Amino acid sequence: MDLTVGPNLFFWSTEKLHRHHTELAAAPVARVVLGELVCSKRLPFWQDSIPPAIEALQEAGKEVALTTLALITLKRERRLTADLAAMGLPVEINDLSALAHIPEGTPFWVGPLVNVYNEGTLRWLAGRGAVRICLPPELPPRSVSVLAEAARGCGVAIEVWGHGRLPLAISARCYHARLHDRAKDSCQFVCAEDPDGRDVDTLDGQKFLVVNGVQTLSQAHACHAHHVEELRAMGVDALRLSPQSQGFGVICAGYARLLAGETGADDLLATLRAAQPGAAFCDGFASGHPGVNWRAGAAG
Amino acid sequence: MELVCPAGTPAALRAAVDAGAHSVYCGFADATNARNFPGLNFSRAELEAAIDHAHARGAKVLVAINTFPTAGEEAIWHAALADAARLGADAIILADPGLLAHAAERHPGLRLHLSVQAAAANPDAINLYARHFGIRRVVLPRVLSVEEIAAINREIDIETEVFVFGGLCVMAEGRCALSSYATGQSPNMNGVCSPPDHVAYTSEGDDTVARLGGFAIHRTPRGAPAPYPTLCKGCFVSGERQGHVFEDAVSLDASRLIPALARAGVSALKIEGRQRSRAYVAQIVSAFRAVTDALAAGREPPALALARLAEGQAATTGAYAKRWR
Repeated sequence: MDLTVGPNLFFWSTEKLHRHHTELAAAPVARVVLGELVCSKRLPFWQDSIPPAIEALQEAGKEVALTTLALITLKRERRLTADLAAMGLPVEINDLSALAHIPEGTPFWVGPLVNVYNEGTLRWLAGRGAVRICLPPELPPRSVSVLAEAARGCGVAIEVWGHGRLPLAISARCYHARLHDRAKDSCQFVCAEDPDGRDVDTLDGQKFLVVNGVQTLSQAHACHAHHVEELRAMGVDALRLSPQSQGFGVICAGYARLLAGETGADDLLATLRAAQPGAAFCDGFASGHPGVNWRAGAAG
Repeated sequence: MELVCPAGTPAALRAAVDAGAHSVYCGFADATNARNFPGLNFSRAELEAAIDHAHARGAKVLVAINTFPTAGEEAIWHAALADAARLGADAIILADPGLLAHAAERHPGLRLHLSVQAAAANPDAINLYARHFGIRRVVLPRVLSVEEIAAINREIDIETEVFVFGGLCVMAEGRCALSSYATGQSPNMNGVCSPPDHVAYTSEGDDTVARLGGFAIHRTPRGAPAPYPTLCKGCFVSGERQGHVFEDAVSLDASRLIPALARAGVSALKIEGRQRSRAYVAQIVSAFRAVTDALAAGREPPALALARLAEGQAATTGAYAKRWR
């Protein structure tokens, strides 16, 4: 089992992205997905950072793929997807329509926002050229187990969400803009103010969700450290780590040590807590419960 | 334009057909359809009788098998598909690529519609489903403006169906795990959103608090109507702001946009509400039938007084009028 770093979901400055990419080049991860997943309006601000990042990561021996947008509606976004498919790197599709731009038989990856819930869909995607699939985070362990087995039969590597805020929904409406009484077209890029998303709590003050432009995520950080042995036994090939603005290097290094057997899940959790004081964690999906639940490997 | 109407029960189906529905959509009473609520939906025998009733009156029955089959349990979905075909369904509404592939291979003559749960939001996606699985109609996700719908219709060769009235997902349908994050039950896996067995109403001081999976979604003064705690319609706090972060407690009413939707090339108008009563269904269907009849006759369609039927009393035109942009 090894580690894949997913695309950065948030709107960071080019300086911050450069530091992030430099950190990833040195991190003990096998592969990195680059590109804009959430909002095509952000891309012009940072797309020039992508080619040097590809080069740096490949020089460091990482496999690199480019993600599509999660929701492709505009003509400009469709052209962008076609351009992506022509770049010569594996594309990670996060909207099924991207397949229209990938010639039959060309290998591609499937991201966690494509609905792969069963063997039929997995086999159909494999027949179309999928070689790596990151499963939707809400899948219960029984489904993961069945799909990991089906994937082995058709040469597809299976990834499971390992760590980071869970991507829960995508919309045509920008909630960041809405919270500033603006529409999407006049957003003035307010999502840049919140490098890990903007907190949305309940009226009772319960920490609940965060919004990130058109995307909604869990406020708790999914942490599947205590499920690694179970996932390994199922035949899962990789854990996905989702970038966050603080302490991401510690997360990558910690999970690499966990996979190598150099540390235990409890010790890793202590490290993660120290690196991010006050953060809430969750792992309910990993045991087939509400995603927000946090059991940290407790029996039962 | 074809009017596609909801039927959560055999009684609602008869009410919709008798009120003038051109088509009625329904599902089996299990996790194979996206309105898997207690007391709703059809047994095999009920579907058979319903199809007979509808066909005798010139109406079609569309069967929704539009959840994503559970890994290891695909046989349940395959059986639902085979039964719907055997009982004479006029079309099957599907979302899952694996199930679409199975339907195209095993039931080659069967008319397939792409469910809104597939969230096919651009011509590339729609043409992909048409080419691979032979779908004949797409139910468009509620994330598009009328202009975008017109542009899509210029680039595809199959029919489009759009929602015009009823409950409104503000997230891209079929791509939302908010409900399973809070409750463990999701539209994609279980056919339910914000399920009633995870809802609790409590009195606290002068307020009624509605919770979903333990999370406070609404707090209303006691005596005032307490809305159902659908997660994305909840009232939350974000920084200095308190309010409906995602969407107000509104429902969709695009009745006034129907002429524009017709000009945009839309073939069918869909009314949400398989969980609603047969009286509601009859009222809505006859109101909308008056609009489609007027359009077909080249008359100015009547303005509909639907406000009191809308969920939460307030209505929105959603993404259609481009307000979200």
